[in-house]
Amino acid sequence: MPDAPQRSFAALAGVAALMAALIALPFLAKWAGQPALIPLASRILIYAIAAASLNLALGYGGMVSFGHAAFFGLGGYVVGVLYQAYVGDARVFGLFPGTNQLLVTLPLAMLVSGALALAIGALSLRTAGVQFIMITLAFAQMLFYLFVSLKAYGGDDGLIVRRRNVLFDLDARDDATFYFFCLAAATLVFVALWRIVVSRFGLILGGLRQNETRMEAIGVAPYRYKLAAFVLSGMGAGLAGALMANLLRFVSPDMLHWTKSGELMIMVILGGVGTLFGPLLGAAAFIALETFLTAWTEHWQLALGPILLVVVLFTRGGLHALLARLSGRRS
Amino acid sequence: MTLVLEQLLNGVQYGVMLFLLAAGLTLIFGIMGVINLAHGSLYMVGAYAAAVVAAKTGSLWLALPAGLAAAAAVGMAMELVVLRRLYDRDHLDQVLATFALILIFNQAVTILAGRQPLFVAAPAALNGSIEIVAGLTYPIYRLAVIAVGLVVAIGLYLLVNRTRAGMLVRAGATHRDMVRALGVDIRLLYTAVFGLGALLAGLAGVMAGPLLAVQVGMGEQILIMTFVVVVIGGVGSIRGAFFGALVVGVVDTLLRAFLPGLLRQVMSGPEADALGAGLSSMGVYLLMAIVLLIRPKGLFPAHA
Amino acid sequence: MTLLAIAGLQKRFGGLVATDDVSLEVQAGEVHALIGPNGAGKTTLIAQLIGQLAHDGGEIRLDGERIDALAAHQRVRRGLARTFQITQLLTDYSVLDNVALAVQARQGHSFRFLREARREASLRAPALALVAEAGLAARAGARVADLSQGERKQLELAVALATGPRLLLLDEPMAGLGPAESAAMVEALARLKGRIAMLLVEHDMDAVFALADRVSVLVYGRLVATGAPQAIRDDARVRDAYLGSGDA
Ligand SMILES: Nc1ncnc2c1ncn2[C@@H]1O[C@H](COP(=O)(O)OP(=O)(O)O)[C@@H](O)[C@H]1O
Ligand SMILES: [Mg+2]
Repeated sequence: MPDAPQRSFAALAGVAALMAALIALPFLAKWAGQPALIPLASRILIYAIAAASLNLALGYGGMVSFGHAAFFGLGGYVVGVLYQAYVGDARVFGLFPGTNQLLVTLPLAMLVSGALALAIGALSLRTAGVQFIMITLAFAQMLFYLFVSLKAYGGDDGLIVRRRNVLFDLDARDDATFYFFCLAAATLVFVALWRIVVSRFGLILGGLRQNETRMEAIGVAPYRYKLAAFVLSGMGAGLAGALMANLLRFVSPDMLHWTKSGELMIMVILGGVGTLFGPLLGAAAFIALETFLTAWTEHWQLALGPILLVVVLFTRGGLHALLARLSGRRS
Repeated sequence: MTLVLEQLLNGVQYGVMLFLLAAGLTLIFGIMGVINLAHGSLYMVGAYAAAVVAAKTGSLWLALPAGLAAAAAVGMAMELVVLRRLYDRDHLDQVLATFALILIFNQAVTILAGRQPLFVAAPAALNGSIEIVAGLTYPIYRLAVIAVGLVVAIGLYLLVNRTRAGMLVRAGATHRDMVRALGVDIRLLYTAVFGLGALLAGLAGVMAGPLLAVQVGMGEQILIMTFVVVVIGGVGSIRGAFFGALVVGVVDTLLRAFLPGLLRQVMSGPEADALGAGLSSMGVYLLMAIVLLIRPKGLFPAHA
Repeated sequence: MTLLAIAGLQKRFGGLVATDDVSLEVQAGEVHALIGPNGAGKTTLIAQLIGQLAHDGGEIRLDGERIDALAAHQRVRRGLARTFQITQLLTDYSVLDNVALAVQARQGHSFRFLREARREASLRAPALALVAEAGLAARAGARVADLSQGERKQLELAVALATGPRLLLLDEPMAGLGPAESAAMVEALARLKGRIAMLLVEHDMDAVFALADRVSVLVYGRLVATGAPQAIRDDARVRDAYLGSGDA
């Protein structure tokens, strides 16, 4: 087993290589005549943000939220509603004007989703276990039906965002440009998560997952830390939703559907629960599976089901653990 | 007034269907500690098996045993192959593994039976309506569903409270380790409970045939409602499942029936209808959230 | 000086009265042993004192101030700490992490997101000292899941001490230990005696008589006697209820 400095050097080298590959990706895709890979990669990055955020609550904090689609979808709707007001020259709730500035819409999406997570978390965290799973699902369902019924925001059909948000004057119509926006956001999120999980806060959160009784006995008030983690997690999911609305140039209640919560959980567990890069691996694997299997058969979920089942039942720790085991064997 | 009464009956009928699913789900969770998202798939399997047999033979009386047998067989197979491995896992693994089962079942049924919804006619003997009070005629079939549900509820009550098997089931729900320590063949008990739950889900599926379109996705719709029922009633409690199911069934039905009308008093028609539909769909979730906030373990918790 | 004063404390589980009108005092610096047969309500009493179980009646005072309305974490901040009969540790973390987290909790809130906690000397140094004092220096980096039962019991004590308690509530610290480990635990507690007051729940009578200044006896939730160790040893009621039962 390599000692600590060597290991952290190897980790650093791995991250650097990953970063280089991600930066090179759009150029390589164009060069190889596969420009369709670029939005696909954006999708992976966006889901990686959402899954990694969910993982903060679920993997590190042990809070099995079955309602993260609420935060993801709401983030998307923030972009949609602001855009609708912007092009219609109207005011949102009659209060403030709309916008298509990425640097406004993204933080606002995080703020709004975070506020929702604060409300949902404050109530849901009074329960635990299966009740927590179900109450988070219930709140997400409420939001789903709310948006289905809001004709002003398109109801069932959702809202079309005809043109992607801009960064000052920089237009993101070009898929590669937008990919770099996503990459920048994902980098920020992963760096933030990395700092959070090794910080004092992160250690408390991990302790709460392992044994709440113990944490109380050393003088920690569990509720506020769990709630804070839940809010951060919701904010990350909201950011991902806002990016997704831009990528697809469309938001609809689909983003709020409970199966979306399920998909995010699948990505986390596919990649590796409670690991930093697991959700990225999981998102990549999920999207890759979806893409290749759909090309092969319309019944792609028939193949996804057994794969997921095997991962849950027989691999401990998902792809992340698998990679670690493989690289461990090599060295 | 008769309108309200009619909707109340509709609510009870819906509640009874929910109870058939919730009873199995709550026992499975209470005794084995497994969150089984694929319970709704058993309902779908029962409905499809019955619909296909009914279409082939034209007889719902043959379709009934077919639906029950299919659901029970699939359920026991599911327990043997997958769920058994999940008893000692955490909730997350259970949720995902059974979510995977949903994907598999939905696609398998799509491939076998196609995307087109199937429709099933009620048996001739139960066709038509009768006048139950002056001015209110009500479909006999729906009354029969209510009757079947109540009979099952009473049967389950007697089974759980008056028989040795029931004693084990009750003990299993509250003192899992003690039952293990008593040397009871816990695997047999588990498979039996699971089979019973699957049978009830299949029964609900068969009965749903003439009421709803039989289609892929019907399982999830009712599954989420069933979870709401189980959580409101208190996990592991048959009594909780019964009252929870009736409350959810009635509240959901009444909201859907009357909320759009009420909203139309204050806003334009189409908007009121859309908002009313959305808000009434939210109603039961709101109810559940309120119950959990007041009683975090539900109304009749089994693990007191 | 009275540090802890309990008056009329009660806890019911349905029909079962687990602690029934318990009144008891612990003086500053005193080692007060609490003995009684299994199921007497000793663990329940400790959980009520620390605030992990709500009480159904009575009051608890620390330094004359009511603390029974406070949450567990607030009581810990006021100087109460407990150990667990069935160890409650963070099994995925290392020995040092477990202690350092208690040090961290003592330093105030943990809404700090930027610095890497495992590199903060202000957490690691005091934690390392406590780990060494518990005789676990060689195991500081080991995962708790890999510890022996005896090592876990020692870690329980180290974690409790890291919260900086004035009163330690010890729930059967010797249970499950071998003779040598037991002796080491008695020695560790003896070193603390005088500095930190203790409410010591223990079945090992040799340990109790070696450490305790006073002994109270709990039977079926009721306190049947309190007194000097020798007096308790000679008390006929205590013999009947407890020592005579062969439970010791
Ligand atoms: N959470 C609980 N629910 C119901 N009964 C309990 C609970 N905890 C303890 N008891 C009961 O209370 C009594 C006292 O238990 P306990 O305090 O653990 O005793 P001791 O620590 O003295 O052995 C026992 O009869 C036990 O079964
Ligand atoms: Mg005890």
